[in-house]
Amino acid sequence: MIEVKNLIKEFEGRVVLDDISANFQKGAVNMIIGKSGSGKSVFLKCLVGLIRPTSGEIRYGGRNFLAMKNREMKRLRRDMGMLFQGSALFDSKTVLENVMFPLDVFSRKNQRERRKRAEFCLERVNLLDAADLFPSEISGGMMKRVAIARAIALNPKYLFCDEPNSGLDPKTSQMIDELIQDITRDFNMTSLVVSHDMNSVMNIGDYILFLNEGIKEWEGSKEHIMDSDNDKLNDFVFASDLFKKIKEADAIITGNEANEENRKKLIQRMEEEAKDL
Amino acid sequence: MTITGSLENIGEYALLMKRVLTPPDRMREFFREFFKEMYKLGVNSIWIVVIISFFIGAVIVMQIALNVASPLLPRFTVGAVSREIILLEFSSTIMCLILSGKVGSNVATEIGTMRITEQVDALEIMGINSANYLILPKITAFVAFMPVLVIFSMFLGLYGGYVICYLTGTPPVSTYVYGIQAFFRESFVWYSIIKSMIFGFIIASVAAYYGYSVRGGALDVGRASTDSVVINSILILMTDLVFTQLAMG
Repeated sequence: MIEVKNLIKEFEGRVVLDDISANFQKGAVNMIIGKSGSGKSVFLKCLVGLIRPTSGEIRYGGRNFLAMKNREMKRLRRDMGMLFQGSALFDSKTVLENVMFPLDVFSRKNQRERRKRAEFCLERVNLLDAADLFPSEISGGMMKRVAIARAIALNPKYLFCDEPNSGLDPKTSQMIDELIQDITRDFNMTSLVVSHDMNSVMNIGDYILFLNEGIKEWEGSKEHIMDSDNDKLNDFVFASDLFKKIKEADAIITGNEANEENRKKLIQRMEEEAKDL
Repeated sequence: MTITGSLENIGEYALLMKRVLTPPDRMREFFREFFKEMYKLGVNSIWIVVIISFFIGAVIVMQIALNVASPLLPRFTVGAVSREIILLEFSSTIMCLILSGKVGSNVATEIGTMRITEQVDALEIMGINSANYLILPKITAFVAFMPVLVIFSMFLGLYGGYVICYLTGTPPVSTYVYGIQAFFRESFVWYSIIKSMIFGFIIASVAAYYGYSVRGGALDVGRASTDSVVINSILILMTDLVFTQLAMG
């Protein structure tokens, strides 16, 4: 479990994260959502120690990450796996070497065992056939899967994903989402996924934290996100036509008084579209 | 570049070197990278050293033979003077200026690209000292390979002179060979090798610093690469001046 208490991050006097507290559960996919520039990536980088917060506490299994000494922090980082937005695979290494890399550096196992583990991780993401290819020879979706395999090579307790679906087609996106969800469940990890893709949120999000301009605006489960009365969250969630229509359709199905207006609007729009046709 | 900016750069460079010059986490990984870098930075530079040294050696002998043609000077002076120029300055300083372009830009671009594509962050997340892992093998491999490059350069520079004497007969080959042996001081070879190893450290470490500090995108990587070559050239010339004064003055 990861606990965040009153986290603040300022860059030259500009507050980017303002007093954020949250608990991220073990064995669950925790999603951090928000518009571009809302502080999601900075928040994630604070959690993994790439950026030092101005104040606040980050606790991993009860231990304060920010108060740790270098050696302890290093040890904890071996329990972290991260999937970067651009995959961050090492260009000079093959797919297999990329996955073996953390094992080569940290594992005490012999070469044959390390290779076996790397091949297991690649098989887990269905990429064993691409083991000898270089990152430049594979597609964006495959790169993401290799990055996931590398992230889980050392069997981490925490998995961090920064925009795992960026630049991917919907089908590949869904595959990556499902992979993250399966791995989280199989390895009982605490996963944190930064995303602004509502499809991903509805697919795999167990707990959702919505950030807006560095402030925690809303938190809850995906079951409650559609009927939240938070305007900023609604602005974000229903920015896409698909989700607008889902909500409108939902209004028709439930047919209650509160949604009557939506129902009328939908019928009106449908009539207009029919006229245009 | 302001004075404050320069001082900041020096401070950041010193802090980076403090992180770089620590024992590696895993020696196995260090040696694997060390030999890779030795091949990439050292062995792959041999061809440029060979070509440049051969032709510059030939030109030096030709120029000296043409411009120092005096009945008051013995003809073997051409060989002796060419040897001193090649041994003391060309094979170490000038060759390192050329290598700062090839190796320096290579190091700065590679690390800079790794920085902007988050590969450096990926190493940090894994709990690896990225500065040590990426930079130390480059510095040690290049410094260790420098003597090989310098010796290659010395031999080929002198051989270039030999070939030009053979082709033009000015001075005759036997006189040239006598000249390059006359009043030879072995210490000059050591002086040149030590100097080039210092330059090797400057080239690799300064280029790595510029690459490691890149923020932004592809344009910034290009700028870092150019800056590293410019600063390396200035530092090599300044160090040469100081080192020459200390060692020979």
